[in-house]
Amino acid sequence: MSTITEAPLAQSTLFRFATAGSVDDGKSTLVGRLLHDSKAILADTLDAVTRTSADRGFGGENGSTQKIDLALLTDGLRAEREQGITIDVAYRYFATDRRSFILADCPGHVQYTKNTVTGASTADAVVVLIDARKGVLEQTRRHLSVLRLLRVPNVLVAVNKIDLVDFREDIFRAIETDLHKVAAEIGLSDVVVVPVSALEGDNVVEPSTHTPWYTGPSLLDILETLPSTDELERGLEPFRFPVQLVVRPQGALAPELADADDAGSSFRDYRAYAGQVASGSVSVGDDITVLPSGRTATVAGIDFAGRSLDRAVAPQSVSLRLSEEIDIARGDVIAQTGTFGEVRQDLYAELCWLSTKPLREGSKVLIKHGSKTVQGLIRAVTGKLDLESFAYEAASGLELNDIGTAQIRLASALPVETYALHRRTGAFLVIDPQDGNTLAAGLVRDHPGDHEDERYSI
Amino acid sequence: MSTQITETPLAVEALETLEAPALNSLDILESEAIHIIREVVAEFERPALLFSGGKDSVLMLHLATKAFWPGKVPFPVLHVDTGHNFPEVIEFRDRTVERLGLRLEVGSVQHFIDSGELAERADGTRNPLQTVPLLDAIARNRFDAVFGGGRRDEDKARAKERILSLRDEFGQWDPRNQRPELWNLYNGRHTVGQHVRAFPISNWTELDVWRYIARENIELPGLYYAHEREVFERDGMWRAVGEVSKPRPTEEVVLKQVRYRTVGDMSCTGAVASDATTVHDVVREVAASTLTERGATRADDRISEAAMEDRKKDGYF
Repeated sequence: MSTITEAPLAQSTLFRFATAGSVDDGKSTLVGRLLHDSKAILADTLDAVTRTSADRGFGGENGSTQKIDLALLTDGLRAEREQGITIDVAYRYFATDRRSFILADCPGHVQYTKNTVTGASTADAVVVLIDARKGVLEQTRRHLSVLRLLRVPNVLVAVNKIDLVDFREDIFRAIETDLHKVAAEIGLSDVVVVPVSALEGDNVVEPSTHTPWYTGPSLLDILETLPSTDELERGLEPFRFPVQLVVRPQGALAPELADADDAGSSFRDYRAYAGQVASGSVSVGDDITVLPSGRTATVAGIDFAGRSLDRAVAPQSVSLRLSEEIDIARGDVIAQTGTFGEVRQDLYAELCWLSTKPLREGSKVLIKHGSKTVQGLIRAVTGKLDLESFAYEAASGLELNDIGTAQIRLASALPVETYALHRRTGAFLVIDPQDGNTLAAGLVRDHPGDHEDERYSI
Repeated sequence: MSTQITETPLAVEALETLEAPALNSLDILESEAIHIIREVVAEFERPALLFSGGKDSVLMLHLATKAFWPGKVPFPVLHVDTGHNFPEVIEFRDRTVERLGLRLEVGSVQHFIDSGELAERADGTRNPLQTVPLLDAIARNRFDAVFGGGRRDEDKARAKERILSLRDEFGQWDPRNQRPELWNLYNGRHTVGQHVRAFPISNWTELDVWRYIARENIELPGLYYAHEREVFERDGMWRAVGEVSKPRPTEEVVLKQVRYRTVGDMSCTGAVASDATTVHDVVREVAASTLTERGATRADDRISEAAMEDRKKDGYF
């Protein structure tokens, strides 16, 4: 940390990852180890943890190499300690010279589906933990199934507690073989498997001398070099831009612009469409189509806070000026011309049910897609996913933590696309119109089959 | 002799991908924050921004000016004034508000103490007293969304808070009843009496904030940079000598080169010994620092491990 200067920081990229594991897999210890060994834990926090650890018998004369209880570094709120519960996802931050990391720390037990879906929805990678003594469990299968469904671009499996099986290669290889078999059944490609001891630090930040048979990089090395979702998909997915606001200041110019006479008049007719590039990229001169209206125009300018850009890529927030004055409002999507199929008023989608209020056929809900919210009617629940077999069984409703498919009729057509090919425009929220709570994460599917996404399995 | 290169569409695309502007972590955090600010402005009737003149709120206002350029920032700012603020920070606040042509709402802790609705605490600290004037100002102005500069790296209660955080009619945060936040789709629906606190810079760390301030050349109150000041040591922190912060007979006053990492209530905000006189010095200092921001400078967070958790549940920022 002391070697940090500004030069490498300016190049550092952002990487979001989540952790998933069963109870007692040592997830808190692993997260604590990453934070500790990457020096993200500062002196005052470490002091408090060291004191508590000593109270609990760590760092005694009994030959324990561990001075502190690493799990304490991720200790939760007092409300959680008092009630013995864990309140969903906690976000943690650490940085190396190459990358800034945002870690979504998802609790492993009850509600693991809800938490894994939430953490995985924004993750560039997910680290799944396995206890080397237990191997691949049902819950591992479930975790991997959820990650496959949400199309997490990078899946890592940390085979933890490798010290407790005496760093034996045969045990690791057997687990690795099992994992690759399960991953193949589910349709996950490129699962990376790493033997680690979170407690002792083997292969977490530094490569271990205890596992000479493992020649791969440490977990942190892998996380430092994996491509982020946007880096991976920028060149693959076509341009999509949900319009958040129409920027049309007229009289209400920023004071410094209004004061400069000439500038003030040149901005009088300014009109641009503000939003975040959801996928792909856009350049000045590109032909675009506005959805759902289907009107077309050319990109006349890309503005960002007074700067003119030639090109914008996901996930930049910019404003687009168009060659034509056409009717565009919040909720519309600007897309690269010729890359979009048809807007849809009937949806077929996977729903990850996140509410204790169950889903019933005939329910009226709100669907939030991009920057638009419309009413929807759940016409039919068509199946429920068995996460162990990754097969669908008949169902007429969904409960908390269930994943199933449903047909939804929308009050007006939306420019939705298949999640398997378009992560951003294929995702939506299901919202309770009564209390406003989020009921489900929705992933648009093609009906009746589904495109397999094989872009990463070359 | 040059080699003939045929430009296949695929090759062109691959080249474009390579040439894509590399977005660094600050670019991505900035775009995320602007997206959130725009979402809140689009979906809420009466948003406001908490603005104290402190660096996180100055950063928030800077992001808001970028989000709506060339238009002006389309919401008022709200300051909960403890009456114990550093005079230079209040001066900076007023100057910034005027420069950007904004409306400033002030909720005054002093006013509530004078009217007997709040009682001064035995330790003289007024940070915990901000909750009542804050909720009063929100209700009086019928604000339905309030932007704050809270960051998740500050504290473990904040680590679990959503970017859009729903508050009930008493302003309370219920950590067990939070909406899952998926992708970049934010659900801000609320009923009458409820409001939403929006934290667009949730994912920034203290170092990110300083690097961004340096990159964007954002002006801050001078006390964030090293300066000479009369201070005395209390609870392992350097306290400024002032109206509301007087040394006890046993506490020796010395002239020292210090700077502030947070600027809150003068009576409980400590300075750190520092010779970082420029923003680049501060970036280097923060990068190498071995103390978290709140632990080093906020006496009120030291009182108990769950201090922030308790205040948040009661409706604090």
